[in-house]
Amino acid sequence: MSGAASPRVAVVVFPGSNCDEDAARAARNVLQADVKMVRHDEHALSDPDLVILPGGFAYGDYLRSGAMARFSPVMESVAAFAGQGGAVLGICNGFQILCEAGLLPGAMLRNAGLRFVCRDVFLRVESKRTPFTLAINKGDVLRMPVAHGEGNWTAERRVFEEMVARDQIVFRYVRSDGSRGEGANPNGSLDDVAGICNVRGNVVGLMPHPERACEELLGGTDGARLFKSFATTRMAMHGT
Amino acid sequence: MTVLVKVMLKPGVLDPQGQAIADALHRLGYASVSDVRAGKLFRVEVDTDDPKAAKEAGEQMAGKLLANPVIEDYEVLLEAAGAPAGGIR
Repeated sequence: MSGAASPRVAVVVFPGSNCDEDAARAARNVLQADVKMVRHDEHALSDPDLVILPGGFAYGDYLRSGAMARFSPVMESVAAFAGQGGAVLGICNGFQILCEAGLLPGAMLRNAGLRFVCRDVFLRVESKRTPFTLAINKGDVLRMPVAHGEGNWTAERRVFEEMVARDQIVFRYVRSDGSRGEGANPNGSLDDVAGICNVRGNVVGLMPHPERACEELLGGTDGARLFKSFATTRMAMHGT
Repeated sequence: MTVLVKVMLKPGVLDPQGQAIADALHRLGYASVSDVRAGKLFRVEVDTDDPKAAKEAGEQMAGKLLANPVIEDYEVLLEAAGAPAGGIR
């Protein structure tokens, strides 16, 4: 880990990633981060504070979203980094890859409506135990866009019950007033789940795009709160 | 040898594609269709004459990549020798 100076962020670039530059821009603007783009066929992450798996269509989403990306050389380094407790954020396709790699539980199905859904959604913060939500209040409602055809997250009932018991549900789709129900969930995911974390809380995946909601000009800044929370967590860890 | 790997969503897992296909069949007048599940079939050529080795290779490929065990079941079959080109009909 680097000092409390500007954080180092590694953004992984797979063939078919298309939100990598957006993620890098958010990291630079919100975190004042030193950003390194890491190719799928590289091994060295260069000692980052945070690894972002960005959105897109890695390997054309052939077979299943994320199914082939998980076997990229870089994923060995991501798994090792996560295993040491390093912070990993998977956005959209990045979330799908983390599930396929077994770094997060569950799997993705086609959207319940079978359509690619591209619109703003509302998320409710359900857990503060991750670096990306530690500085946000539980119950806060954030607005950011989704853009996916395969975001219908599911898990075996027994696995899901364990996750709930361990506080691994990080975000749920809600209506603008924070209530759950009709119209909130864009893809039919189990129990309106929009984002989850691993048991330790350092690996987080979500379908919505926080990196696309970091500037007023782009329609909102709620996504920046995840990155700001990460910065706050990191400062606390370094005692400054 | 030719290995066939059949991948299907597990029973109980929602299949939006299958539902849409069932709806389309109903619209075409197939009123007796009560359910459709959509799956995938992979036809893998393996350079071996040993059926056991071919089947084992297919099982490994299915477990590692072709199927996601969280949501899918798979079945590995060997295509019968002398089957017509183009596989099962």
